[in-house]
Amino acid sequence: MSEQTTENTDVITGIEAPIYLKYNFTAGAAPARFLTQVKEGVLTGQRCPQCAQVYVPPRGSCAACGVPTEEEVVLSDKATVQSFTIVSIPIPGNSIEPPFVVANLVPDGANISFIHLMSECDNADVHIGQRVQGVWKPQEEWGYSMDNIRYFKPLDEPDVPVEKIGKIPVEGWEG
Amino acid sequence: MKEIAIVGYQQSDAVSDAGACNEVELIIPVISKVYDQVGIKNAQDVDFVCSGSCDYLQGAAFAFVMGVDALGAVPPIKESHVEMDAAWALYESMLKIRMGHADSALIYGFGKSSPGELPIVLSQQLDPYYLAPQWVDTISLAAMQARLMLDKGLISEQDMAEVVSRSRRNALNNPHAQLAGDVSVQDVLAQETYVSPLRKADICPVSDGASAMVICTVEKAKEWGLPYAVISGIDHCIETHNPGMRDLTDSVSTRKAAENAGVHNGAVDVAELYAPFSHQEIILARALGLGDATSVNPSGGVLAGNLMMASGLSRIGEVFNRIVSGEAQRGVAHATSGPCLQHNLVTVIEQAKEAA
Amino acid sequence: MANLAAVVGTGQTSYTTKRGDVSIAGLVREAAVNALNDAELTWDDIDAVIVGKAPDMFEGVIMPEIYLTDALGCNGKPMLRVHTAGSVGGSTALVAASHVQSGTFKRVLTVAFEKQSESNAMWALSNPQPFSTHLNAGAGGYFAPIIREYMRRSEAPYDVGIKVAVKDRLHGARNPLAHLQKPDITMKEVEESFMLWDPIRFLESCPSSDGACAMVIANEELAEQAPRPPAWIRGVAMRSEPTMYAGREEVNPQAGRDCAADVYKQAGIKDPRKDLDVAEVYVPFSWYEPMWLENLGFAPEGEGWKLTMEGATSLDEGGDIPWNPSGGVLSSNPIGASGMIRFAEAARQVRGDAGDHQVEGAKLALGHAYGGGAQFFAMWVVGSEKG
Repeated sequence: MSEQTTENTDVITGIEAPIYLKYNFTAGAAPARFLTQVKEGVLTGQRCPQCAQVYVPPRGSCAACGVPTEEEVVLSDKATVQSFTIVSIPIPGNSIEPPFVVANLVPDGANISFIHLMSECDNADVHIGQRVQGVWKPQEEWGYSMDNIRYFKPLDEPDVPVEKIGKIPVEGWEG
Repeated sequence: MKEIAIVGYQQSDAVSDAGACNEVELIIPVISKVYDQVGIKNAQDVDFVCSGSCDYLQGAAFAFVMGVDALGAVPPIKESHVEMDAAWALYESMLKIRMGHADSALIYGFGKSSPGELPIVLSQQLDPYYLAPQWVDTISLAAMQARLMLDKGLISEQDMAEVVSRSRRNALNNPHAQLAGDVSVQDVLAQETYVSPLRKADICPVSDGASAMVICTVEKAKEWGLPYAVISGIDHCIETHNPGMRDLTDSVSTRKAAENAGVHNGAVDVAELYAPFSHQEIILARALGLGDATSVNPSGGVLAGNLMMASGLSRIGEVFNRIVSGEAQRGVAHATSGPCLQHNLVTVIEQAKEAA
Repeated sequence: MANLAAVVGTGQTSYTTKRGDVSIAGLVREAAVNALNDAELTWDDIDAVIVGKAPDMFEGVIMPEIYLTDALGCNGKPMLRVHTAGSVGGSTALVAASHVQSGTFKRVLTVAFEKQSESNAMWALSNPQPFSTHLNAGAGGYFAPIIREYMRRSEAPYDVGIKVAVKDRLHGARNPLAHLQKPDITMKEVEESFMLWDPIRFLESCPSSDGACAMVIANEELAEQAPRPPAWIRGVAMRSEPTMYAGREEVNPQAGRDCAADVYKQAGIKDPRKDLDVAEVYVPFSWYEPMWLENLGFAPEGEGWKLTMEGATSLDEGGDIPWNPSGGVLSSNPIGASGMIRFAEAARQVRGDAGDHQVEGAKLALGHAYGGGAQFFAMWVVGSEKG
């Protein structure tokens, strides 16, 4: 550097400064409880003591009322499509091949949607109100993750009218 | 200008690891207690909410967004957030009250520092082109500052150990403290150095937790029928980021903020200083012009437990507690941000006139 | 009652994918110096600095305002850092205004920025966390299902989003600072662009930009002495609601409706379409124009798309209520600054300072920003008169 003149040197316009920080994540008490159940193949939510709405995955509070939630509710792995998108670009950190359907799904027995994949369907046929069910990985692969459900596939059940989405009991939907 | 009162303050225990708790689970117990103290139901009963937190503590973007889940913000509320210690959230809330857009405000700060290696995480707070790539951690920077003080004869290791000993003993009366004990100066000096010249005891612990406060106009405090203390002055000031351009043995920004906040307009019975390192308490006490008549860090200060992003607010809360209990009539609280006391906020809190 | 305050200077950088010629400090300083020059002031005239930006992970600098102190002439002054997600640029302007409206300060500088090229923004927004499925395909993946629900409800024709994408890029072509310069863009080009997150096409999405925006806000006395016309702040409002709760109205969020009602009340606005002359509204995906037209009360629910299709929001079609004459977020998106650009552009309009994208005779303008899962809102109304 010292013997070179700036005329002969490329101007430095940036430096690479990689940042590596290590964290021990904790999910939270309520999510940890949820994930423990998912490892057993069971979806659970938590009911708000004030407004009685059921949250999934539970975060330990009712966001609307601002109160802790404790009562655990077992949910179905059948769900209704609240809305969806067909994603045509890869997701960082996910090996899934585009295009794929990402849907907001409300499981029976809950009042709020979570995000998951849909498959075993023609992307063009996916629609709001559609009935779906989780396709689980083989039990020996289950861990503390929603990935235990590989994806959701369409069910041969009548569509749920929009005003009823998010209000289906755990017993299911008769049409 | 409108007189603003503190009517409630609560904090969680400072713990080295809050375990499975997420943001919401850290916040809810503390704000629930402050609601009970003030006699309100939830955040709907105040006019404004402001919080302080830092994403990098827990290593997840948008940590404060989850915090909103603790508030019961349905219907929607007037709410804001600073990526700073919650003492600055208090500052923002005071502006809202002064401009007449709120009569009351809930302020909270939370931090879960245990998931990462805090001193190293905070090294990424430095100039990203020159300093951060060197990974200079906060403890090493503070050690250099302490070295300067020692070499210039401005303090002795004995002085530093006295700060630690007093903190540990004071913390015996603080149920939220993480580190407390009957520790003598000799006990401290007997410890080996960790990052020379600092001993582990000179360094605040890493803590998880949260704190929350409710402030309002004096009229509102009277309407609520609550004991209150008045914030008679507040100011903050930042200095150059480049540590080589500052006199690290002094805190001119604290001095200036203290002047503007009116620290010297009366006797200071109690002072709670955000000094994460023992020698910094001495710098701050000198910059604030505190004498023997002032009880410094009766809670033990942050050497007894440091709720990052909430500790500054907690200092104000600790002074408030002592004023409403009648232990003190007038006190000073200090909050800091950035390496080696770069940014400092000074608050003066006084007994309500009726009580005097 | 709040003290009167006004914008007496605005400054922006040009917006582009990568500003390799400046550091982060250089970027914010450029915007700040432009604002000071516009106000014919120097650093010594500033009492406090209020900084805003979106998540620190975008640049990988924790609380970067600490390092930016020197670049922003802030030594010995108060500095505050605001962060309210995507709405942060707007919230920061409001917090800056409150420094003056509270009577605490006479004149403050506010700056918001993002230098997205310094790191990977999409990663920063959806960095994989243990325990969760890694399906968060950035903001587009989050908002696409909500847009789909709007399309279903409103039965809007499929090309409303395409029309907005063209309109805002034509606006952007009038603004030399805009990132995307596409004066020849066509409906066909947008329609044929890659479908990223169905129903959002590539050209219906905002770009990723480097850039900064700054404003000087002064009290009544100083604003009256300012060399250029002030933009008087006539109303300020913020609202927040949780990201997710059962029954949440995601298409037409209550926080947005409440925030608009609050700011209109302060500014004496009864019919926003009639009373306002121009609006700069945070539209990062084209379909959000019709959605916000309804949310902000410019059109009845389900009919926002009609205004768009009629050309009511287009400068080029002589619309009665131009939206985003600067080109909006669809033309430039330095995330943390995007909200403040809306607020500053609203101010430019009522100061008669908007160049080729000036709405003729604009007297009253709305600046709007939103963030998170469309849950944080910040708005102000500025006027050429005190009101």
